[in-house]
Amino acid sequence: MKFRLSYFVIISSILLFAYFYSQNSIVTSSVVFTAIPFALPLALAAMVGVMCERTGIVNIGIEGTMLVSAFTAFFLGAILKNITAGLFIGIMTGVLVGLLLSVMTITWKMDQIIAGVIINIMAAGITSFLYRQNFRIPSTFAPIDLPILGDIPVVGPIISDHGPITYLGIIFIFGLWVALYKTPWGLRSRSVGEHPSSADTAGVSVVRLRYLNVTIAGAVGGLAGSYLALEAVGIFERGFTAGKGFTALAIMIFGRWNPLGAFAAALFFGLSQAVTNQLMIDEVVQIPQQFVTMLPYILTILILAISAGKVRPPAAEGIPYEKEKV
Amino acid sequence: MAIMQRVKLQSLSIPLLSLLIAFVVGSILIAMQGSNPLLAYQVLFTKAFGSVEGFATTLAKATPLILSGLAVAICLRAGLFNIGAQGQLISGALASAWAGYSFVGLPFLIHIPLALLFGAFFGSLVALVAGLLKAYRGVHEVITTIMLNSIVIALADYLASTPFKEPDQPITRTPKIEESARIPDIFGLPLGFFIAIAISLAFWWLMRKTTTGFRIETIGRNRSAGWYAGISVKRVIISSMLLGGATAGVAGAVETLSITGRFEPAFNAGLGFDGITVALLARANPLGVIPAAILIGGMRGAASTMQFRAGVAPEIVDLVLALILFFVTAPILLRLLKRKEEGISLSSGWSN
Repeated sequence: MKFRLSYFVIISSILLFAYFYSQNSIVTSSVVFTAIPFALPLALAAMVGVMCERTGIVNIGIEGTMLVSAFTAFFLGAILKNITAGLFIGIMTGVLVGLLLSVMTITWKMDQIIAGVIINIMAAGITSFLYRQNFRIPSTFAPIDLPILGDIPVVGPIISDHGPITYLGIIFIFGLWVALYKTPWGLRSRSVGEHPSSADTAGVSVVRLRYLNVTIAGAVGGLAGSYLALEAVGIFERGFTAGKGFTALAIMIFGRWNPLGAFAAALFFGLSQAVTNQLMIDEVVQIPQQFVTMLPYILTILILAISAGKVRPPAAEGIPYEKEKV
Repeated sequence: MAIMQRVKLQSLSIPLLSLLIAFVVGSILIAMQGSNPLLAYQVLFTKAFGSVEGFATTLAKATPLILSGLAVAICLRAGLFNIGAQGQLISGALASAWAGYSFVGLPFLIHIPLALLFGAFFGSLVALVAGLLKAYRGVHEVITTIMLNSIVIALADYLASTPFKEPDQPITRTPKIEESARIPDIFGLPLGFFIAIAISLAFWWLMRKTTTGFRIETIGRNRSAGWYAGISVKRVIISSMLLGGATAGVAGAVETLSITGRFEPAFNAGLGFDGITVALLARANPLGVIPAAILIGGMRGAASTMQFRAGVAPEIVDLVLALILFFVTAPILLRLLKRKEEGISLSSGWSN
């Protein structure tokens, strides 16, 4: 059933694409091309959620992680005049936030929702306090012209000419899927998220694995934030992430906590935004700007309303692990 | 199992200690920026609490925060985390502004309550969406209320810039409300402050003395136990979201009718989010919300003076509030005080 559904989605998207491509190849390519930068930060942020929740930690602080990382990546990139250093610092910031969340949720056993909300509020507070105007990064990451792949007709122009973080991110998403389903680490992680006491009995250290995964997830959140600041936009503003971290949670749920499912959901989101933008540019529809702004938020609620209840989250999610006392 | 364990007034030492630590950390940050933290705090507190006029301003600033704090607190009691006070507040502010300028010729005794009612209704309407989704679809209220915040902010911006816009003005804002809708001042204090106090008392009474309050409390402490006892979980979820939304809507309405006099998108920024801090600092106690809101209102009201006199960016208040929130909720203080842990717990997973 699950397989047939995903095949159906893939085949129908290919047919739809082929139809629009035959109608107007240039616009169709450019719409799909611009869907990728819309989708990527959402997809990466959703990976943060997947990694945390698969081991049983609800992470609602993705938004804050991205915001602080974008902040440090941008400002240190600007001060050091080196965006690669900025990227590194952004990722390290994400690691620190991941560690903070781990301490709060795993060691202190705080309520995970409150811990995440606090991360978001602290991130907004710190970044707006330290924010300064008139900083510039030397450049954004330049797009890469993919060899061989870029020369494929039709698909080539869509997948080529994106920035390095985009490719790094996409590789990571596929890598995460492999790691989660095909490696011992993945099996252990998933078992800790489903039934931690069994995993513990089998010799897996629940606490250590949760720490590890939440921290790595933090690094991915840092990557997503750095992507926004250093590759996609090239600036930083207060409240810069605009709810992407929350939309990502909906994407994660829609994608059934599966990296590839979430990636597909993120592409759908990106595509819906790219199509709306194109319709606005062509003046096919006259929508007030505010309604365009609302679109991802409304989609998020709709998707959750449709899919929540039908999908099953990891069983041990949200519950601090207490070792049984003999 | 969404359990809200023991949120007691007696644990006063933790909020106080949290405040202290947050201010110490804040002072380090101020010092790092090259300003004098002692001077900054001195200015902050003398401005906010040192004079009669200053204190009146503080109370005026505290008024919407008492209400938005209650909006979060009542939902916390039911085991729901209402992050959407901001959106509900904006919805209420816009609706009451509309009622304030659209009805002409009403006596103030009818006009003011009517405008407040508009605020309460449209505030609760926003919360209802989250409540229904939580009760019937199991969608976590934190995500829906945050998404609703963004939706309401964009929608209000659209309404204030197009259909409800003040004619012949370049600014995005509604016309001024009628004089008959303006909430008057009493003894130099806005009447709204007393309305807020009255609503706090009403909530305290509701939670302490009524079966509705008992139901909310029971569901908040242990959802399955409440369910076994025959309490309708769905009804409690929806009704507490409605109550919270209505209170946040009144917060926006009071602010509009007594302070701003019209709706302008930037006017209400942050009032709802501060409600989260107020509610958690007060440990979700309806009466504890009052001092918490006065403290935070005072800091907000005096922030610009502090910037002017001590050269500290007013955003330090945001940061100090975030730190307060962190220390209030993090159990390190509890450990230090060697007390039995009594955390607030709201969650497990997305579909409970």
